[in-house]
Amino acid sequence: MNLFLLNVLLAIVWTMAVGRFTFQQLSLGFLLGFLVIVVIEPLWGKQAYTPRVWRTLRFTGFFLWEMFLSNLQIAYDVLTHRLYARPQIIAVPLDTRTAAEITLLANFLTLTPGTLSLDVSTDRQTLYVHAMYVKDRERFIDEVKRGLEARLLEVLR
Amino acid sequence: MSEIVSGLLALAGALLMLIAAIGLLRMPDFYTRMQAAAKAGTLGILLIVAATGITLGSVSALLHALLASLFFLLTTPVAAHLLGRAAYLSGIRPWVLHDDLAGRYHPSTHELSGEPSAAPPEPDVSQ
Repeated sequence: MNLFLLNVLLAIVWTMAVGRFTFQQLSLGFLLGFLVIVVIEPLWGKQAYTPRVWRTLRFTGFFLWEMFLSNLQIAYDVLTHRLYARPQIIAVPLDTRTAAEITLLANFLTLTPGTLSLDVSTDRQTLYVHAMYVKDRERFIDEVKRGLEARLLEVLR
Repeated sequence: MSEIVSGLLALAGALLMLIAAIGLLRMPDFYTRMQAAAKAGTLGILLIVAATGITLGSVSALLHALLASLFFLLTTPVAAHLLGRAAYLSGIRPWVLHDDLAGRYHPSTHELSGEPSAAPPEPDVSQ
């Protein structure tokens, strides 16, 4: 996170150099500072600031897309005559450990297609998910773990 | 241009809210209703907030819109999760093909145990 502070500092330096402290100049400074950091980051050795920013952006895109899909699916099921939902409650074993990670994973699961997180076991090992459109339980668990959870951990750790 | 964009966004958002409301009526049980309300409702309100931000156009309005969206994204799922948990604990049976939660809550302390074995057991077979 050191490099993030440096990025903020570079943004402030930019506004001082320009002489106008506005939001636009601050954002521009942040962007320019980021480009500078992309160039000089290798000098610090094994910092992971810029890769993490890319991963965060990719995760945001992935998440927005999933949310869009989930809304289409729900809208289709609500508006058409037949009900396609075959709900189950599925126990998903967790690799996320801290409270923040579990909270984020549960939140994102609730917002993505056909799933609603109901509860986490007291030992934080299992997340119980209400899923509406699952054909194969093993594949569903696999998809959650390799899709959402793995991507989330990539961003957070 | 920005009027067209914000108008479309607001319209799509309102449509999604309508779908969420119809979903509340049409879905078969409490949990599926929660799904419809939590998902379509969240995206609907995000689109409407975005439309408001674009209509007002100023930087501070856009920042407020961003902040409001962030809060919605964080709070709506938590509310849905708590409602679902409370419903399950107060004994509303889900309309499901398979229920991994069945029998996992401690009856008095409401402590929730994790997966006891690799294969999920059918509830109440031994009793």
